[in-house]
Amino acid sequence: MSVKISIFGQLTEITGSELELSGIKDSDMLTQYLYERFPDLQHKSFAIAVDKKVIQSNTLLNNNTEIALLPPFSGG
Amino acid sequence: MDGKQHYTERYSRQISLPEIGISGQQKLKKAKVLVIGAGGLGCPVLQYLAVAGIGTLGIADFDKVDLSNLQRQILYTTDEIGLPKTQCAKKRMLQLNPEILIHTYAFQLDNSNVWDIINDYEIIIDGTDNFPSRYLINDACVLLKKVLIYGSISRFEGQVAVFNVTDSHGAVTANYRDLYPEPPAMNEVPTCNQTGVIGVLPGMIGMMMANECIKYITGTGTLLINKVLLTDMLQYRFLEASIEPRLETKKLIPSNRYAFEQKNYGVTCMEQIEYKNINASEFNQLMKQSDTIVIDVREPGEQPIVTEFDCINIPIGNFKEAIPFIKENTVLLFCHSGIRSLIAAELLTGSHKKIYNLKGGIIRWKPSH
Repeated sequence: MSVKISIFGQLTEITGSELELSGIKDSDMLTQYLYERFPDLQHKSFAIAVDKKVIQSNTLLNNNTEIALLPPFSGG
Repeated sequence: MDGKQHYTERYSRQISLPEIGISGQQKLKKAKVLVIGAGGLGCPVLQYLAVAGIGTLGIADFDKVDLSNLQRQILYTTDEIGLPKTQCAKKRMLQLNPEILIHTYAFQLDNSNVWDIINDYEIIIDGTDNFPSRYLINDACVLLKKVLIYGSISRFEGQVAVFNVTDSHGAVTANYRDLYPEPPAMNEVPTCNQTGVIGVLPGMIGMMMANECIKYITGTGTLLINKVLLTDMLQYRFLEASIEPRLETKKLIPSNRYAFEQKNYGVTCMEQIEYKNINASEFNQLMKQSDTIVIDVREPGEQPIVTEFDCINIPIGNFKEAIPFIKENTVLLFCHSGIRSLIAAELLTGSHKKIYNLKGGIIRWKPSH
């Protein structure tokens, strides 16, 4: 089982703009994994979209789920 | 040509669209839209809404035109540096379309003054550049039931959404806090001043915001309601992600006007321009004051040579190093045409001195003497 992650904004400086991961069951496990692999992410806020839906609570991930990490932008 | 024909002709290209037509144009004319922030996003939004014939437009911005704005804030010109953005934007928009009504608010909007201003409009467009203002505007729009068109940018990427629309069943769609419940920590997210921004990006995102506004008013097409559109102009990545309105969000928003006005949003005046552009007669008046120094930032020997008044010469290339040696409290700057002296004025910003720049330079001053 693998999931594909698109990363936006300043977060790409930490993670790159794409990641492919396997063995991740749900979104909580995903953030846990990302925080361990990229400790700098712990200090960043971002929304998570799972299959193009912004989630606010733990969400199960299926095979080929597309995930996006969306940091807030303030610029205008 | 009578007035009515003239009116139809101005908008004829959009009236010919079956989605807009005469009735759509009338809706645009009746609409009242407030644009908060007349910067990178605000400029294209204001420009396109003005020419589209939005009947009443509000412009809120406390800032003045700065040289570093001109790379993307396309309503302003080089000779308007130092002037209030609201004044310059209004002037330009009325040149583009004298048939519209424009109100300006040339001060910082905060929770003590924003309520009554927002209440006068039906659609609010957020083109601000900081999180405190974005949360303040979102919460005010939720409480006052106003549609909020949101856009934000960073470097090559942008986000657009239409928040807080009340549907025909009375249900209200997602707002900013359904996407980002709370502001990030101070300084966590860098501003455009810190990270830079490509000039075309606010143009593209601003036009999408104006597009959503026109579509909303005319009831055309599919809006970015309960959705946020992310665009990455560097790699052309586009993502439309859905957002659900949540009950939990309500707890984050003050319950009424009183609670809203008591809440600390942390809106503070952002960096203000600390110098003033002055004309020849103001320049002549100010140089007579005590504790004042006149500085020529041209290279030694540049024409015209000034003999009419006392000044010292610090070429712009050496200016930064010379700042600690300027003891006078009032500094008058000039150069050939007023551009290098503007850079000197910006270098002096933050020095707590009164800084004046001779607009148009010594070549404009000379003919009058």
